[in-house]
Amino acid sequence: MAEVTMRGVVKRFKDKLAIKGLDLTIADGEFVVLLGPTGAGKTTTLRLIAGLERPEQGIVSMGGQDVGGLPPSARDVAFVFQQYSLYPHLSVYENLAFPLRSPARQMDKVEIDRRVRETARTVRIDHKLDNRATRLSGGEMQRVAIGRAMVRQPAIYLMDEPLSSLDAKLRAEMRLELKRIQQDLGATLLYVTHDQIEAMTMADRIGILKEGELIQIGTPREIYTTPRNTHVATRLGQPAINLLPRGLIPDADAAAAAQTIGARTEHLVIAKATNGHSDGVVDWIEHLGDQNHLHVRVGERKIITLAPADSPLAAGDQVAIRYKDPLYFDANGDRLGGAS
Amino acid sequence: MSLTTAHSVVVPSTTSKRIAAVLIIAYALISIVPLLWIFATSFKTPPDSIAYPPKILFQPSTEGYCNLFTTRTRQTAEYIASLPPATSFCDEVTRKRNMVIAGPSNFLPRFVNSLIIAFGSTFCAVFLGTLAAYGFSRFKVPLADDLLFFILSTRMMPPIAVAIPIYLMYRELGLSDSALGMILLYTAVNVSLAVWLLKGFIDEIPREYEEAAMIDGYTRLQAFWKVVLPQATTGIAATAIFCLIFAWNEYAFAALLTSGTAQTAPPFIPTIIGEGGQDWPAVAAGTTVFLVPILVFTILLRKQLLRGITFGAVRK
Repeated sequence: MAEVTMRGVVKRFKDKLAIKGLDLTIADGEFVVLLGPTGAGKTTTLRLIAGLERPEQGIVSMGGQDVGGLPPSARDVAFVFQQYSLYPHLSVYENLAFPLRSPARQMDKVEIDRRVRETARTVRIDHKLDNRATRLSGGEMQRVAIGRAMVRQPAIYLMDEPLSSLDAKLRAEMRLELKRIQQDLGATLLYVTHDQIEAMTMADRIGILKEGELIQIGTPREIYTTPRNTHVATRLGQPAINLLPRGLIPDADAAAAAQTIGARTEHLVIAKATNGHSDGVVDWIEHLGDQNHLHVRVGERKIITLAPADSPLAAGDQVAIRYKDPLYFDANGDRLGGAS
Repeated sequence: MSLTTAHSVVVPSTTSKRIAAVLIIAYALISIVPLLWIFATSFKTPPDSIAYPPKILFQPSTEGYCNLFTTRTRQTAEYIASLPPATSFCDEVTRKRNMVIAGPSNFLPRFVNSLIIAFGSTFCAVFLGTLAAYGFSRFKVPLADDLLFFILSTRMMPPIAVAIPIYLMYRELGLSDSALGMILLYTAVNVSLAVWLLKGFIDEIPREYEEAAMIDGYTRLQAFWKVVLPQATTGIAATAIFCLIFAWNEYAFAALLTSGTAQTAPPFIPTIIGEGGQDWPAVAAGTTVFLVPILVFTILLRKQLLRGITFGAVRK
């Protein structure tokens, strides 16, 4: 395990700038999740660290040593790919043993066997060691893929949306399992996803990536409560934060520079209009079972919030809406009140 | 389109399956008749083989096979009677025609030449083709499209069109009538096919596997060996069959460039002369024996061959 640092890294594909001067430090034993939409440069960042891509500018270092000149095989990283994660012509055992059998490593058979079996137990696939890799379910395949990364104890684990091809239930299980494994090993892990729940539940720190730039990095709590700008604010939270123009509903506390007000569920107080004054109308209620999504029409805009399942509100109700310590953004979309 | 259609729109109906089966059987019969005729002729006696009208039913004889593998001389009946009892089956057959076996024929060495040249050139073409296809598939080769077109363009004329220059070149280089010369020639003809076929197969193998292997501590060459090759075996097998069939059956260059030590079976078989003309049963026997290796090879690899023909049509 080691600290991994990227400084001023720039990567260009033909005429498109994929990574625009990225600075990122992943501390020893830290679980960092990069969150961003498709094309934000998440996978490219992983490939730059792995050595599958060479940056035009900037430094990638591991444990204080510049690895810019090293090929992937010499970098001591493990990579879990989004798909094609297992060698289809090999058994589960052979897949797990593959990194250890590398000619560069010269590991003896007994040690390989011991590590493969130990890893297989950790990822709970030891009952299928002799199966062909192609005859596993999706969840088993990803477990083997994670196992193949773990079998080596590299400087850093790089994971490229490893759970995205799994169904929801399995994904939830694997999230917990992955976090447990990472904590047990004390592993340094850089994980890429566009799924905010994965980011929130597993990360020590979340990095928000947009068009090749790291917009903000911090603990899930920081990113959620003090986003740097509207883009970061919309990345986390479900339903997504409501970005409302000033003056839509009473906002006397807002600073003069505030142009946009960001309101999540906890920033809004919604009650049935009593004295004839109303701010909006309940448009629609989505019943999710344990809670409801409340769609409120305010003038031309729509606000979506969570409401408890026993909420007395019904579609067509006139409601009064008040802010409660919402987030304020200026004309550029940057948040007011302290650069986080 | 009726809404009450019960059968799947994807699975062919029973009627169309039957029509297809009839067509395929008819085509197979037409194709196999010449082969069956050759096979039958190889078991006829020389007079039966040229009888008119042709004999469908006949007394089978092994004379064709005996004649194929031996040379014989005519002797007087007294001389044959004075010989010790026949030691082999072919001795007996030959003596009935007042002849004795003088020695082995050239068929076996010619057949061995064919094996060496066909398998040797197939190996070379597939080996070079795999490396070239991998290079074209994975690396940015300058002018890759032009180079690939150039490679393909070597197939655009019949190979025999360059027979005279090659004949002269081979004479100058001392490659005439040598196994090495024939292997080089067939390799050159087959390598274009091999590159194109194999590039298709290798393109279908995702790069992620090699990248994974390289991260797992392997060099590119080791990754190619451990990860790409095992997954390309189907394509390699299919390509090998196509190359082998060409090299095995090639007649024109073999007739032109080989005459003695390196002569292959195709130019040799038609030259088998018996007493009083062409020995048709021996020629037919030679052809039958000649078909065996390619038949075995094709049956062994028929699944891969089928994928080779339809490759690219079905994706996993």
